[in-house]
Amino acid sequence: MASVTVRDVRKVYHRDSQAIPVLDGLTLDIADGDFVALMGPSGSGKTTLLNLIGGIDTVDSGSITVGGQDLAQLSGRTLARWRSRHIGFIFQLYNLIPVLTAIENVELPLLLVRMSPKERRERARLALDLVGLGDRLRHYPRQLSGGQEQRVAIARAVVSDPAVLLADEPTGDLDRKSGGEILDLLERLNDEFKKTIVMVTHDPHAAERAHRILHLEKGVLSN
Amino acid sequence: MSLFSLVLVNLGRNKLRTALTVLSVVVALFLFCSLRGVLDTLAASIRVGSEARLVTRNAISLIFPLPPAYRERLAAQPGVKTVSWGNWFGGRDPVDPGDFYAQFAVDAATYFPVYASDIDLILAARPQGPGVVPAGVDPKLAAFFEDRTGCVVGEKLFRRKKWRLGQTVTVSGTIFPGPWPFVIRAVYRAKDPAFGEEALLFHWKYLEEKGMGGSGAVGWYVLELSDPGQAGSVSRAVDALYENSAAATRTETERAFQAGFVSMYGNVPFLVGLIGFAVVFAILLVAANTMMMATRERTGEYAVLKTLGFDDRTVFLLVLAEGAVLTLGAGLAGSLLAKLVLEGSGFNAGGFLPPMTVSWTTVAAGIGIAVFMGAVSGVFPAVRASRLNIVEALRRVD
Repeated sequence: MASVTVRDVRKVYHRDSQAIPVLDGLTLDIADGDFVALMGPSGSGKTTLLNLIGGIDTVDSGSITVGGQDLAQLSGRTLARWRSRHIGFIFQLYNLIPVLTAIENVELPLLLVRMSPKERRERARLALDLVGLGDRLRHYPRQLSGGQEQRVAIARAVVSDPAVLLADEPTGDLDRKSGGEILDLLERLNDEFKKTIVMVTHDPHAAERAHRILHLEKGVLSN
Repeated sequence: MSLFSLVLVNLGRNKLRTALTVLSVVVALFLFCSLRGVLDTLAASIRVGSEARLVTRNAISLIFPLPPAYRERLAAQPGVKTVSWGNWFGGRDPVDPGDFYAQFAVDAATYFPVYASDIDLILAARPQGPGVVPAGVDPKLAAFFEDRTGCVVGEKLFRRKKWRLGQTVTVSGTIFPGPWPFVIRAVYRAKDPAFGEEALLFHWKYLEEKGMGGSGAVGWYVLELSDPGQAGSVSRAVDALYENSAAATRTETERAFQAGFVSMYGNVPFLVGLIGFAVVFAILLVAANTMMMATRERTGEYAVLKTLGFDDRTVFLLVLAEGAVLTLGAGLAGSLLAKLVLEGSGFNAGGFLPPMTVSWTTVAAGIGIAVFMGAVSGVFPAVRASRLNIVEALRRVD
């Protein structure tokens, strides 16, 4: 069964009076446990597709189903709750909260779940152990390297055990070595923990780690 | 970590800005409660006046005296239980002319029984003689009654001046010129702080003999009523008695008499209240601006929180809570500080007013205003953060 189903999705952005079509009738299936790399030039619609799958943006027409849930059926609070349970986001610039320690950043998604503070802390610690930062729990983002920050962000993305991870250029701001470590981690999450991963990247080396590489151009898949 | 600790962490981001905002709210609420405290004090000065006593004074003005002969006719009025009288002395302390306190010449034999329910005698000198006091007077005042120049002083004045029993204090008369030596024979404490404890009371007879050449002009009469419910009819009857005399009277309850003093301040209480609200409003704008700046700087972070699954309502409450915690904490501090500082200072405008008081109602109003400030200053940034378009906000971060 496909984990993510995208059917004839269209998305147009409006800037002033100008309409900018971004996705133009895109159809796509991503199976459970798949690892897909999305490539394409800037403005081709990669990040928009990621945002639509993650439910932080809405389609103009067409449909997107994730884990059997039609996202059009959700809105507002229910969509936010669904996102917190089923989707993990990984950003290019990590987007950690600078005034929170690593473990506090990882705890953030768990604040929305009914759970004791002790259990929350324990799960966050396990997530940080998983990404190899068990010894950096009390470090603030400014005290970590870029690679370590991204690993904290990955721990935050997986701490609520979502089925789908959406990574938007996760290695885009890292050197080759750190980027390699992040890709190793994503591969491990895919192999061992069966996470479905959709990764936007400009880097062909990064894309090679995926099971499939999809090319987007002008809002449609070119392969 | 909890949502509340997230609020506190956010407040601690820019410590200087938070501290300055808190300080501005503390100062605003301190000023507001202090200014309201002035109104509370004026209200207390009215409250202390009894409804069971009437004050009869010259109808033209308090500064014009009444003849001594009135007292027999007043005492004969139906409904009048006791008649007492007194005069404003208006002297200055020659040692420290700037440190003013009130002095009253009172008919002690009637004054102390009439005001027995308002004061307690806490210190009294021993009498030298047999210790005889008029009927109805506390025997503790025996030494005071033995001494023509004796006086009874309020506890606060006594302590502030570091006086002792038996000490002679000299007052320079302004209305009744010359040096006036008084010997402290007793100290009183007010049962209601608003009654005041900063007056010096001495024998009216002493004033009459030394200052008025025996003319016996009276500043005002105090009529104790046998039935407070008759205050209206008695006061009308008294004023009717002297309607066509050279010294017509104006009689009203002691509370109304006190209220008359407050009314002399005219629109000052209104202006004081207005200034208090103006200060609060100005600080409200500052707090709102600070909250707007703080949330604007964190637009990207709110987008991240929403991406992680925080719904609009949770983000709204997080931002609103920041403003509320900030202003509520500062409001509590400012309001309570005003109560502690003002009431601790014991300032009483030289005895013209009761000691400064900040009522709990004012403190509650201050805290209420702080909550309102928190809500108003936080609601716009909270709405803005909750309605944030995640995609737009994340694009700005990138």
